[in-house]
Amino acid sequence: MPTANPAPHKEDQTAMVQLELTVRNHPGVMSHVCGLFSRRAYNMEGILCMPVQPGLSRMWLLVPEDDRLKQVVTQVSKLHDVLSVERRGAGSDDFQQLEAFFRQPAEAV
Amino acid sequence: MESGKGEKQSGASILVKLLERQGISMVAGIPGGANLPLYDALATSGIRHVLTRHEQGAGFIAQGMARVTGTPQVFLATSGPGATNTLTAIADAKLDSVPIICITGQVPSPMIGTDAFQEVDIYGMSLPVTKHNFLVRTTEELLEVVPEAFRIAASGRPGPVLIDVPKDVQAAQICVNQWPEPGQADPYPALDLEAIEQAAQMINEAERPVLYIGGGVSQSGAASAAMCLAMRSSIPVAQTLMGLGAIPRDHILDLGMLGMHGARFTNYILEECDLLISLGVRFDDRATGKVEQFCPDASIIHVDIDPGELDKIKTAHVGVTADAGEFLAALMPMVEAKARAGWLSRVAELKAEHPFRTPGARDPRSPYGLILEAAKRMGEKVNVATDVGQHQMRTAQVYPLTKPGQLLTSGGLGTMGFGLPAAIGAALADPDTPVLCVSGDGSLLMNIQELATAVEQRANVKILLMNNGGLGLVRQQQELFYDNNLFASEYTHCVDYVTIAKGFGMNAIDLAHASDPGAALEAAFATPGPCLIHAPIMEPENVYPMVPPGAANSDMIGGEHAHSEPCTA
Repeated sequence: MPTANPAPHKEDQTAMVQLELTVRNHPGVMSHVCGLFSRRAYNMEGILCMPVQPGLSRMWLLVPEDDRLKQVVTQVSKLHDVLSVERRGAGSDDFQQLEAFFRQPAEAV
Repeated sequence: MESGKGEKQSGASILVKLLERQGISMVAGIPGGANLPLYDALATSGIRHVLTRHEQGAGFIAQGMARVTGTPQVFLATSGPGATNTLTAIADAKLDSVPIICITGQVPSPMIGTDAFQEVDIYGMSLPVTKHNFLVRTTEELLEVVPEAFRIAASGRPGPVLIDVPKDVQAAQICVNQWPEPGQADPYPALDLEAIEQAAQMINEAERPVLYIGGGVSQSGAASAAMCLAMRSSIPVAQTLMGLGAIPRDHILDLGMLGMHGARFTNYILEECDLLISLGVRFDDRATGKVEQFCPDASIIHVDIDPGELDKIKTAHVGVTADAGEFLAALMPMVEAKARAGWLSRVAELKAEHPFRTPGARDPRSPYGLILEAAKRMGEKVNVATDVGQHQMRTAQVYPLTKPGQLLTSGGLGTMGFGLPAAIGAALADPDTPVLCVSGDGSLLMNIQELATAVEQRANVKILLMNNGGLGLVRQQQELFYDNNLFASEYTHCVDYVTIAKGFGMNAIDLAHASDPGAALEAAFATPGPCLIHAPIMEPENVYPMVPPGAANSDMIGGEHAHSEPCTA
């Protein structure tokens, strides 16, 4: 099996940006966020979600930095269970670090 | 906070009490296995229940009530098929920003996920068509969820909320020590005064401005403020389907409805404008046509209570997240009085060159003539509901509406079957105002079972059924854009609607047999209670002008023949 390609192959060369959401932690909040992306035909390349304190979770979304980004952020902000949306600064490479992990051959995990 | 007595009560009776505390006096719905505890509690409450014959009918009755009162209204359904039947009415409310709350019964919590009898994931299914939805997991949660649902439905841009309540949550008994405050709309966001100043400057400097107003203006109660702006600064006013009624038809600045079935002059005037002042609109494709060619020379001011609408379709030069009324109140002192003689004479010139044609306007047996005759006989105190199709567009084109919100129509979703139940809801919520329901045979058949509800509730609804024996707007598109390949758009079997209505116990007349259609309408309207007026449309006639789907608004088909009678506009 080939090892992880050091140059991640994005569909095109669109730069990616990481959004950080603070959300109410309850069953269904993931559906609200993912459902919004699919029905508005926004692309989402990656998603990470963990509880951070009782009742609250943090979500990281990896999304293309295209001309629809502002609209995406506005729509996500409107969701009732999304308490805040912030754009993570340049250099936040959490997804890149994880990418190597995800690309390991199954038997090595 | 009001103290409860502290005695145990069921989730169902808590739910009913919370609805009463919200001021709900009437709900529509249908009982079934999973919401029987709720109905048991409802039976002993002061809330009037309207039993419909289909849950979609209940949803549209709630919409009719909400559109007329402007406050959130409630409807009920059981789990499974009852819940899935609500979805079209909910989706319709989402697109037209109508505050309704759907309360569905759900199978008991321990059975969720087991494919139990009449179990569907209505929470998951309603996600994309609600403003927000809840699956209530404990009886205690009802005390938070119900006021929150009302707050969400009424705040900002109104919309539908669904609350799914498992049967065990309805049945469980808990003590309520404190009742929550009823949920109310949030205050409006703070105004961006800098943007408003900029907007005022753009209006003052524009040479050829047009106001483009929609449902947001009606809902905000800002129609008269919009008129003040139009008159002070001499700005002609185009309306979307949802905005109709904001400006009287005979007003010199009225341009009527824009877009796919708007008048030729309306779309031509918009093409020439240099400033588009867009209030409470969302640049819907039926209004804008091909969006790249919509108002190509115009700067855009866009005001909407929903920030998600700004820059969604068309990027605004000035975008303001605000209630239309608050925006106008802040803007007006900065707007200079202008005569704009040059622009208004150009507008008058385009109106004269490309007037709106209403063939048959004086013949009450032709579509336009019938609508105008019915309007004359109904008088000004009326709410007008329509279904979806040719009759809807003709009503939008010519009905002499006099106030905002007077027209109840399915704008965004275009739901055939909307008209009758929405009309019933409007009539029940405002019993002093009769409702004219303009419908077509295709649309009426989609919720015809609610004739029984109308009779049972003695709703003052006059159904004007324009029967062309098929799906007129489909046939029109097949004729114009599919080589006249008419397929599946005609009913080869004729239904006797007068007999059907009478079978439901409703008064019915047939204009085909009336020697004087006007007098027959007058008599039908004068009799209290529901009535069906059957009006056969003998010759299929297309609605013109028409912008082909996907084309620019300037590429209209039809509506320019000089042999027909021009309308007052």
